[in-house]
Amino acid sequence: MEPVNAIELRNITKRFGNIVANNKVNLDIRRGEILSLLGENGSGKTTLMNMISGIYFPDEGQIFVNGEEVTIASPKDAFDLGIGMIHQHFKLVDVLTAAENIILGLEGEGRLNKKSVSKKVREISSKYGFNIDPEKKIYDMSVSEKQTVEIVKVLYRGADILILDEPTAVLTPQETDKLFEVLKNMKNDGKAVVIITHKLNEVMAISDRVSVLRKGEYIATVETKDTDPQQLTDMMVGRAVSLDIDRPDVKDPEDRIIVKNLTCINNEGVKTLDDVSFIARGGEILGIAGISGSGQRELLESIAGMERVKSGEVYYVPPKEDKKVSLIGKTPLEIRNLGVSLSFVPEDRLGMGLVGSMDLVDNMMLRSYRKGKGPMADRKAPKKLAETIVERLEVVTPGVFTPVKNLSGGNVQKVLVGREISSSPTVLMAAYAVRGLDINSSYTIYRLLNEQKQQGVAVIYAGEDLDVLLQLCDRILILCGGKVSGIVDARQTTKEEVGLLMTHLKAGAAE
Amino acid sequence: MKDEIVKKHKEPFVRIAKRTDISPRRAWIVRIVAILLALFVGGVIISSLGHNPFSVYGELLKGSLASPTARRETIKTFVPLLGAAIAIAPAFKMKFWNIGAEGQILAGAIGASYFALFHSDIPHVPLLIIMFIAAAVCGAIVGVIPALFKARWETNETLFTLMLNYIILGIVKYLMNGPWKDPTSGFPKIAMFEASAKLPKVLGVHIGWIIVLVFAVLMFFYMTRSKQGYEIAVVGESEKTAKYAGMNVSKIIIRTMIISGAIAGIVGFFSVAGANYTLNENTAGGVGFTAITVAWLAKLNPFVMIGISFGLSILTKGSNTIQTAFKIPKSVAEIITGMILLFILGCEFFINYRLVFRSRKGE
Repeated sequence: MEPVNAIELRNITKRFGNIVANNKVNLDIRRGEILSLLGENGSGKTTLMNMISGIYFPDEGQIFVNGEEVTIASPKDAFDLGIGMIHQHFKLVDVLTAAENIILGLEGEGRLNKKSVSKKVREISSKYGFNIDPEKKIYDMSVSEKQTVEIVKVLYRGADILILDEPTAVLTPQETDKLFEVLKNMKNDGKAVVIITHKLNEVMAISDRVSVLRKGEYIATVETKDTDPQQLTDMMVGRAVSLDIDRPDVKDPEDRIIVKNLTCINNEGVKTLDDVSFIARGGEILGIAGISGSGQRELLESIAGMERVKSGEVYYVPPKEDKKVSLIGKTPLEIRNLGVSLSFVPEDRLGMGLVGSMDLVDNMMLRSYRKGKGPMADRKAPKKLAETIVERLEVVTPGVFTPVKNLSGGNVQKVLVGREISSSPTVLMAAYAVRGLDINSSYTIYRLLNEQKQQGVAVIYAGEDLDVLLQLCDRILILCGGKVSGIVDARQTTKEEVGLLMTHLKAGAAE
Repeated sequence: MKDEIVKKHKEPFVRIAKRTDISPRRAWIVRIVAILLALFVGGVIISSLGHNPFSVYGELLKGSLASPTARRETIKTFVPLLGAAIAIAPAFKMKFWNIGAEGQILAGAIGASYFALFHSDIPHVPLLIIMFIAAAVCGAIVGVIPALFKARWETNETLFTLMLNYIILGIVKYLMNGPWKDPTSGFPKIAMFEASAKLPKVLGVHIGWIIVLVFAVLMFFYMTRSKQGYEIAVVGESEKTAKYAGMNVSKIIIRTMIISGAIAGIVGFFSVAGANYTLNENTAGGVGFTAITVAWLAKLNPFVMIGISFGLSILTKGSNTIQTAFKIPKSVAEIITGMILLFILGCEFFINYRLVFRSRKGE
């Protein structure tokens, strides 16, 4: 039987100001099928899906659901049509239980029958293979449990067209596998599933068809079985791109950062880092892996002098010198002046390393504005630096006086990393430097990190994508609940081993 | 069933879309149209009271600009308004919501008045310099208290600065009724200053107007060109980023509030030594609050503040005139002023967004 189109988009156009986010996009979403929507950052994937789920309203074009033209003016309209979207950022109320979150906003009878809700939630869960406790509070849940609640929420509302926006970004490999099982069950149940992702291996693993967008334009749809990652990348980028990450051999590694028994406690008195010890060497890339919130941020921030350390030691060994400098108790500025640079890219990309409303030039000054005598700030050197970075790293921007928040994610990242590298650090720490970045920009960042490594810089890279960590890093330190659960040789280990270490502490983890 | 639902979904009648493409020229046209609309609505109100709007508006302008006396009075209103707006600008840039300019102005006025009342034997110029410094120091002290608490204990500066206003006002009333009461008067008021404590005049108005204009220029360069101004901007955007850049956030907050409070204090000095020649509970007279509007309308640009303060001063002064000329209650003039502010603030919405009306065939 010919698959029925659940949704057809015809010539959908959406503009924001003078930016065209989607230009005459056509797309078919079929029942009983998983469709991957693939595209670089800013290619308009999320915008397109937001129009189906009623968050944006298209400027032009038609949407057909089950063959009939419809108008979707609000998320409620979308729900009425059986369309449910699981957003990248969860929209759950922390203090409520799973069941309460699921029925939130639904109209019902005057009295709330929690038992019947829980029963229905359990039915849905067992049907698709979820693991969910309806009575559990959201704040007690892990990221993957929260995601499950989001999915059950839309199923509970009777959605038969599901859209998932980068669902695997926050999951461990094991959790991803579980999610994919569930998605396959839904597909077999005749639901239409759309998954937005950057990760090509996932596209290949889960989807039946792949639709590619590039710069707001619809490029093509291909059957997954007829394609390969290389072809998809070329379609996405518009030209041939090499998918291999270089890993130059380590040359004369020197101990550069020595961390001994580091323990940190946050404001709530919870140990965020627990007895962490490791050594980062010049000329190598040390990866840091872990489920989000396992202490990665605290680890990098405590080295950079931004996190209060409870106990333990952090030493910096200057290149070609035979002494150790303790970094504990030093201010971020003093540490930075030693050549230890933290190019931190926290959860919200503009949160810390850059000031969104300021232009490129002013952001270049962030670290160097004190230079020069007198009370006035020099803007000539930063302007030159901004121009150099724009040129060297191919930053797409109208000019150096554009606020960085107007740039796309990849370009923001290039500006940040470019600035950090420009100070020729001896230790370069980068966290989630490619989060949400498209392939092209990600590879530029990897290339920059490798360049630094080859110049003898000790690179510490906290990342989420295990495939990348395994290809890019020399060694990987795995954090689990603030403890080091292992330090592995990235050339020897497997994805499964690292994934396991992320969730379990292994006794006697090997160096 | 689904079909029924589907039919109910019409395209919304009007949608709001963000626009990024408006040219500065068009933005100014929108603003001018907004002012004209405000004047029109004000005109309707005036007509409904049985007056000719054109003659009322004409009188309003005449009353504030036509005669030298009127112009002097307008400038006298203008000086504290601009000064206070300049004072709060760096604090607001830092997202430190200093709504305590009122209290800081009064504190400065108290400091200046002390020397005017009890040390008037000091020669003219040195006395004025001492008063200037005393006002700045007192304003700075009142400004820095909430900053210290914010830096140390993360107290809410909005409530803190607001409450301080009433405390300082209470102190002024105490001084009027008690220790500083004019012994020759039966009323609870403070004596007029001696000649040596009065600010000299330039072109008929006390010299304060030149100083605030200089402040405006200095503040512009301080905020946009100096290292400290850069620090203020970064702290305002994100304290985390500031810390990451190695800035001492507490120090910056405290330093900025010293500057903000000091300038407000100097405004108080101008008011007592240049305009009123005495200290009373109306010395600040709400200027500290109106200045917030000025600062926001100017988007914290000191040069734009000059124009906006001047415009507001014309309205304030002119409204006094139409009150006497037409027997229109002063509140009507205040309605017109409020109308203009509302329309100007409201038109920013149309500069940032546009409305898209339903265009397609909705059933």
